[in-house]
Amino acid sequence: MCGIVGIFLKNEGLQPELGRLLAAMLIEMSDRGPDSAGIALYRDPVADSSCKLTLHSAEQYDWDALRTEMAASLQADVKLDVHASHAVVIAAAQVASVQDWLRAQHPELRIMSAGSAIEIYKEKGPPREFVKQFKLHELNGSHALGHTRMATESAVTTEHSHPFSTGMDLCLVHNGSLSNHNRLRQKLRGAGVDIQTDNDSEVAAGYLMWRLREGDSLEEALQRALTDLDGFYTFAIGTKDGFAVLRDPIACKPAVMAETDEWVAMASEFRAIAQLPGVENATIWEPLPATVYTWGRS
Amino acid sequence: MTVFDLNSDSVRALNQHLHDASSDYLTVKNPAGRHCIACGVDSAVEVSIDGHVGYYCAGMNKKAQVTIAGNAGPGVAENIMSGTVRIRGNASQYAGASGRGGTLIIEGDASARCGISMKGVDIVVAGSVGHMSAFMAQKGSLVVCGDAGDFLGDSIYEACIYVRGKIGELGADCIEKEMTAAHLDSLAQLLTSTGVDANAKEFRRYGSARKLYNFNVDHADDY
Repeated sequence: MCGIVGIFLKNEGLQPELGRLLAAMLIEMSDRGPDSAGIALYRDPVADSSCKLTLHSAEQYDWDALRTEMAASLQADVKLDVHASHAVVIAAAQVASVQDWLRAQHPELRIMSAGSAIEIYKEKGPPREFVKQFKLHELNGSHALGHTRMATESAVTTEHSHPFSTGMDLCLVHNGSLSNHNRLRQKLRGAGVDIQTDNDSEVAAGYLMWRLREGDSLEEALQRALTDLDGFYTFAIGTKDGFAVLRDPIACKPAVMAETDEWVAMASEFRAIAQLPGVENATIWEPLPATVYTWGRS
Repeated sequence: MTVFDLNSDSVRALNQHLHDASSDYLTVKNPAGRHCIACGVDSAVEVSIDGHVGYYCAGMNKKAQVTIAGNAGPGVAENIMSGTVRIRGNASQYAGASGRGGTLIIEGDASARCGISMKGVDIVVAGSVGHMSAFMAQKGSLVVCGDAGDFLGDSIYEACIYVRGKIGELGADCIEKEMTAAHLDSLAQLLTSTGVDANAKEFRRYGSARKLYNFNVDHADDY
């Protein structure tokens, strides 16, 4: 079992509240996933000439030294913001060059996300602790996904937690279990997709990354996932402008969606959505099996 | 009338009160999707729930009249024994699962596996039902005023299914059957007693072909 939550703000005036709303939803899903928690947050997109990455260090880290070294090596402006065990780096450089540099110079760091707006934070431990550690109440943003994990098929570590990055400004959270992930992992590694753990959800993320790289739109990639992924899943996929939801054709794993004039939300259970303002007037429905739902700013 | 406000009262206190009460008229405020509201009630109480509920609301219901003025999460009225559970909104998956008696009324839609393994409950859905509804149904009636998803009545033993709208693919061993006068009568009675406005004549009846579970002497060598 796991918990998924997602919120997309239609009313831009609510953006300073995003972290607070997300925190309430996430804590409500603690029973479904008490062992780890994570979020993907979209905010303050950087200019085309810059990029934004979230980095994670398992150990205490001298982030200031990293910033100085990175700025000197890349000969670029680098801003760095520390959030508990994570740091958000904004560099006035091409994203590929920053990623290459980090992999070569600092293999001890994990790149959690890359893009222009996305930030990913995740950590093992109960959701309530996570919310406190990462000061979720202070975070703004336009939309976000969250996940509370109850591990069923692989270890409880930060690396095994959700969301998983699936490419530039993309990420995936999953409730369920995949049964063909071993074979698929081999195939994806063969195609050059970097998969770091034995987690089944990371394979789903890698699959989407691969399909998008092959030129599929997100919608096409998700349609194809219905054929290629075997198992139980409710997925929520964060994009730069919104999010998407997909349930497998059997649809054992729950999902609820709701919409008001102010926001669109999805969650594993209604009680997470019940935390949102104006929920009394929301339109509420259950997403159909094998059907792709997307929201975004056009 | 007793009022429980779940913003301050616990679900456990509410359910304990319901288990202890022999008769009462009770309102539940701020259910906010909480689980197991009004579960295991075994007396003729009337419970009115003012909002949306989470998993397993009114599970194992006996004698009580439970009304949910909102949507219900998965497993509403699971294993209902008797009494009535009415949902004003939509119900999530496996509504009325394995219900042995009583009546479940869903005024909106029900999602997948509605009435799975039903064993005597009457379920009336004013809207549509999702896939795999009445899977392995054994007894009782499932009435669907809207449409039914794929694999309706898969591996059905006995039980009557009435559908007014379109159906997807029928499940294994589920076939359309003749609507006899007796069936028409019992369907009309069910619609009237549950207050669902639909004309019994517009429904078609489905049930078991009895090929899957019956011992067939001609096939004795195959068993």
